[in-house]
Amino acid sequence: MKWFSLKKREELPTKKAWIIRGAAIVLSILCAGLVILLLGFNPLVTFGEMVKGALGSKIRLTQTMLKAIPLIVTTLGIIIAFKMKFWNIGGEGQIMMGALAASFVALNFPDMPRALLLLCMAIAAVIGGGLWAFIPAFFKAKMGTNETIFTLMLNYLAIKFVTYLQYGPWRDPGSKGFPKVADFSQNAILPNVFGLHVGWIIALVLIAIIYIFMNYTKKGYEISVVGESLDTARYAGMNIKSIIITAMLISGGLCGLTGMIQASAIEKTLTYSLSAGMGFTAIITAWLSRLNALASLFVCVAFAVLLQGGAYIQISMQIPASVADMIQGILLFFVLSSEFFLQYKVNFHFKKAKGVA
Amino acid sequence: MEGFLAAAVIAGTPLLFATVGELLTEKAGNLNLGVEGLMVMGAVIGFIVGYRTGSPILAFLGALAAGSAGSLIFAMLTVSLRVNQVVTGLTLTIFGQGFASFVGSSVMGAVLPYSIKEFFQVIAIPGLSSIPFIGPIFFKQDIFVYFGYLVVIVTATYLYKTKKGLNLRSVGESAASADASGIHVNWYKYIHIIIGGALCALGGAYLSLVTVPVWQENIIAGRGWIAVALVIFASWNPIKALGGAYLFGGLNILGFRLQSVGIHISQYLIDMLPYAATIVIVIISTRKNKKEDMPPADLSNPYFREER
Repeated sequence: MKWFSLKKREELPTKKAWIIRGAAIVLSILCAGLVILLLGFNPLVTFGEMVKGALGSKIRLTQTMLKAIPLIVTTLGIIIAFKMKFWNIGGEGQIMMGALAASFVALNFPDMPRALLLLCMAIAAVIGGGLWAFIPAFFKAKMGTNETIFTLMLNYLAIKFVTYLQYGPWRDPGSKGFPKVADFSQNAILPNVFGLHVGWIIALVLIAIIYIFMNYTKKGYEISVVGESLDTARYAGMNIKSIIITAMLISGGLCGLTGMIQASAIEKTLTYSLSAGMGFTAIITAWLSRLNALASLFVCVAFAVLLQGGAYIQISMQIPASVADMIQGILLFFVLSSEFFLQYKVNFHFKKAKGVA
Repeated sequence: MEGFLAAAVIAGTPLLFATVGELLTEKAGNLNLGVEGLMVMGAVIGFIVGYRTGSPILAFLGALAAGSAGSLIFAMLTVSLRVNQVVTGLTLTIFGQGFASFVGSSVMGAVLPYSIKEFFQVIAIPGLSSIPFIGPIFFKQDIFVYFGYLVVIVTATYLYKTKKGLNLRSVGESAASADASGIHVNWYKYIHIIIGGALCALGGAYLSLVTVPVWQENIIAGRGWIAVALVIFASWNPIKALGGAYLFGGLNILGFRLQSVGIHISQYLIDMLPYAATIVIVIISTRKNKKEDMPPADLSNPYFREER
């Protein structure tokens, strides 16, 4: 006789759902604190330092936001693919290809008027990232090819190719032997608005657009239906192939745009390390946002605080950056587990079990 | 040529362990995308234990324990708590990498004691190693490589010749029918996910203990992901996995060989080869329509008895 039983829940009231999620976050912070304690640091001080490092001054706050912007744009891209249950883990590669395309424009037309140049770069980036996502989408739609491995391998291809360019054909002869691509002209760099590059406005506008697209348009609805059940989609007469390809063009396009933002506003050139694991982090933030575009704003900012805080304690307390990675992992395990308690109700019945035995 | 092929076997061995490990996991109906994380955990723990104790056996066991612990987390989340397998696997990879780079920072640049090197040196198998061509390639290797052969033979026998293997395959094909016929589905899933994870970790340990052999953070370099693809390539068959792993081992070292015979292509372009080949393989293997080449039918569906 089992001492507990499970029952699938009906729709859970929102308030209760948030209590469960909140409990998961509190538990994971406690667990992370325990790890920090075991490493010989004071957890309260460490967490305090992390918050201070991420939000404590205007400069640090800016740094945090600089991390949040590309994460939001990438997360939006991943959300669209995941809604369709298309496991796009190729965000890294799509970011790189977007950055590559934008850099191609920036390096070849450095004297174009600023607004026009930036627009062309953005368009090129969306096309670059979109094409890189189109390849696996095409094979998925036509032949049912496994997209997980496909998109992942394309990451390596994109990163290796950019490395090749940086060390080979695109290497700047003026950089005195240092293997780097030439810096962009001033016109190819995103302007600042209120002390932060204009990417923050782009991110906010995109959140609104994607939210509306997914919730209030036919195309967005079709994407969700394909994700829920292929049979339903087929029965309703939807063109599944075209839906998969369109959705992935948007998904990859958004990731590509991230590449342009990072190349233009942060690196001011093309580097092979530009994607910096964002494509993977975005998978997690997308999932934690429960694939909701509005929620992604909060999740991504919270994540950026964690990243920036983690980078700060490395300097201020000599805690290695990998500790922050581990804390991320722990946090995720707890939040993922909490999904279970949202879906199922656990009934304990010790006494009954004894009685039967 | 023989030298190249023998080196391909060595380069393919970490892939072999990881591929067979993931294959067992998938046969139980669970898709674990945390292979990369499990390999790096195995690599770091294997190295640290080997470095501190000087015992190859303990290093080996340490790696097994690291892989079991990592995949136990995966099993708890995906089997008991029914969390999405793709996301859990990715999280395991992120966690594993963070864990490894943290734990490994203490042994950065360390050199393994001689006892380890001695244990993993090349041992020619008398008789077999003198077979022309085949001998020098397959039977003049280190003990880890031989263990790889053993793992393949045991796994294949287990899967296709034993009752338990049959039960396992039925769990992967349809958890509900397996349950109905009295098989303890969750036990099978847990045990094979854990054994699979332990094997993945051994693959990582081979890199840090024998081939490289120092600890570096990017030691796995995507091999875990290639292993996931190799499972598809091998159409869930451990014997085919052996061929696939060595083929990819060959692709991994092709760059150095080409350069040594005077063909100069950018290293970065040659580095793309295994990944490009993986894509080609994934595309080709979708074209299969024989039944025994198909993935386990219940792969990546969480099983909930009360929902039947």
